[in-house]
Amino acid sequence: MEVENVHFVVKNKPLLQEINLKAKTGELWAIVGANGAGKSTLMKLLSKELVPTSGKISFHEKDLKKYNLKELAQKRAVLAQQNVITLSFTVHEIVLMGRYPFYESKPSQRDLSIVDHCLHKVGIIHFKDRMYPTLSGGEQQRVQLARTLAQIWEVREGFILLDEPTSGMDLLHQYETFQLAREMMQKGYGVIAVVHDLNFALQYADRILMLKKGKIFASGTPNEVLTGKNIKEAFGVSVRIIHPDDTPFPVIIPEASSVAVI
Amino acid sequence: MIEEETITKAEQKAQKIAHQNFKQPLSPAWVILILGVVLLACVVFSVGTGALHISFSEIAGIVSHKIGLSDTPILEEQKEIVFWVIRLPRVCLGILVGAGLGIAGAALQGLFRNPIADATLIGVTSGASLFAVIVIMVNIKFFGIINEYAGAYTLSFSAFAGAALTTMIVYQLSKMTGDGGVTTMLLCGIAINAFVGALTGMMTYLATDEQLRTITFWTLGSLGGANWTTVISIAPFVGVSILFMPYLAKSLNLLVLGESQAAHLGVNMKILKRSIIVLATLAVGSSVAVAGTIGFVGLVVPHIIRSIFGPDNRYLLVGSAFGGAIVLTIADTISRTIVAPAELPIGILTALLGTPFFLYLLWNQKRNRV
Repeated sequence: MEVENVHFVVKNKPLLQEINLKAKTGELWAIVGANGAGKSTLMKLLSKELVPTSGKISFHEKDLKKYNLKELAQKRAVLAQQNVITLSFTVHEIVLMGRYPFYESKPSQRDLSIVDHCLHKVGIIHFKDRMYPTLSGGEQQRVQLARTLAQIWEVREGFILLDEPTSGMDLLHQYETFQLAREMMQKGYGVIAVVHDLNFALQYADRILMLKKGKIFASGTPNEVLTGKNIKEAFGVSVRIIHPDDTPFPVIIPEASSVAVI
Repeated sequence: MIEEETITKAEQKAQKIAHQNFKQPLSPAWVILILGVVLLACVVFSVGTGALHISFSEIAGIVSHKIGLSDTPILEEQKEIVFWVIRLPRVCLGILVGAGLGIAGAALQGLFRNPIADATLIGVTSGASLFAVIVIMVNIKFFGIINEYAGAYTLSFSAFAGAALTTMIVYQLSKMTGDGGVTTMLLCGIAINAFVGALTGMMTYLATDEQLRTITFWTLGSLGGANWTTVISIAPFVGVSILFMPYLAKSLNLLVLGESQAAHLGVNMKILKRSIIVLATLAVGSSVAVAGTIGFVGLVVPHIIRSIFGPDNRYLLVGSAFGGAIVLTIADTISRTIVAPAELPIGILTALLGTPFFLYLLWNQKRNRV
């Protein structure tokens, strides 16, 4: 997936400018940035929900515009930020929807097995018959993750786009989600994720794209991008990066500024 | 590739189990079969009930004589006439109107992603009846000019135009306030209902006795105008809707995830929206044109079907068509017998019985949660 010099403008207000990105399969890209930096907009452009004002996005060396929705649905899966469902579908039915692009009227046994497998992977097999609206936010997010996995499961060289995949999840499942993303990447998928927790980005991503006010602020390996100076400028927070002896990766800690108590 | 193996293994295992196990999940064919039998029973009951009772064996005799299975007509010719000229067209009309309202209600609930959407609540039905009333007014004024050119279909077409217009307005408005937009949708429905109410009030004020009866007919709904001409004039509209709507079931299911998520899974939203609006308004518009506004069928029936067969649109759409037909057949039987020889407008009945039942359903759903 290649993004070349993309601009996106809404009502004369530029939301993204000069975005260049080249994500390959077998790579995990993390997009980081402050609120309103344009992370979700970039994800929407990548998933063809929005069309860039200028510039070009190509997917498997073909212009994204030339794909129709059905083709695209069989080549990449998207996990969006907001997933509100009011009707009482069961968890199993929701995850099975990920297989919809692959069968006409009746799911094959293989589709059903993939769904079961994905439910196992995300660790929600025990509530596959629960009603989706009765689940907590984090559990719902995991169901959506399973659906995304089910959609992409049999695709070779597929892309997975995750917009804040861990929102609402507890610590264990955040960790498991990133493990899963890493695992998918090792199987040859390309993963692009919007990540808020910089420590997770540092630990799991191969490449990091840091956005600031709709522009690329930095791009490269985690160690190059996630420096104290960059984080200070992009997020406005002073951090310390420490290298504990017993972990293979550094840890980012925000520096506590004294809070004025009145 | 170990995972691939586990999947293949699980697949083979599941296939074995599927062979041994006879109990398959309900397929749409079963839903159709079950509801079809119930509908047939209702039809036989409804056709036989009334001022003149026709027994089951007599019905069988009348039908087999007509299609040439037996040569001997039944003894009472009067019953045969009542059956063919009065009862059967009315039951057929009830089935068509009910099926149309049911399937349109289910599809609109899917489109708006909200179980509260219903042709009556969001003003589509009143939009249709407003246009129909305008046609009637103009028609009276110009002594049948319209009828001369377009025949019996004029009313259906204008009701359809009214329904389509209001659906478009409501949909666009609900989209402007963002995803879901239930509040705007309902407010818009209230506004349109109030507007139609005002026009109806105005007409009531100006109307002659005869026109008053027509207006009452439109606002309360009735299958009293049934004859073979009306049945034939709405059959294609409702038929198209029922035939093509089930093809949209899968896309409607994906729409539950949200518009952009559905698009990510390959649904072309523009085409889907347009098809649903056109098909739903075809059904509602033509139903209103022949039977007036019959409330609550489009809202309650999909809820009943959903609580029996689940929210999957593959069952829901077909099931709601059958369910609507069943409900309306029964309701019409009651409406024409309960105060015989007079007739209770069917809209009164559906709302009277539908409301408590609907509240019970909601209460039950809440109780069964978790």
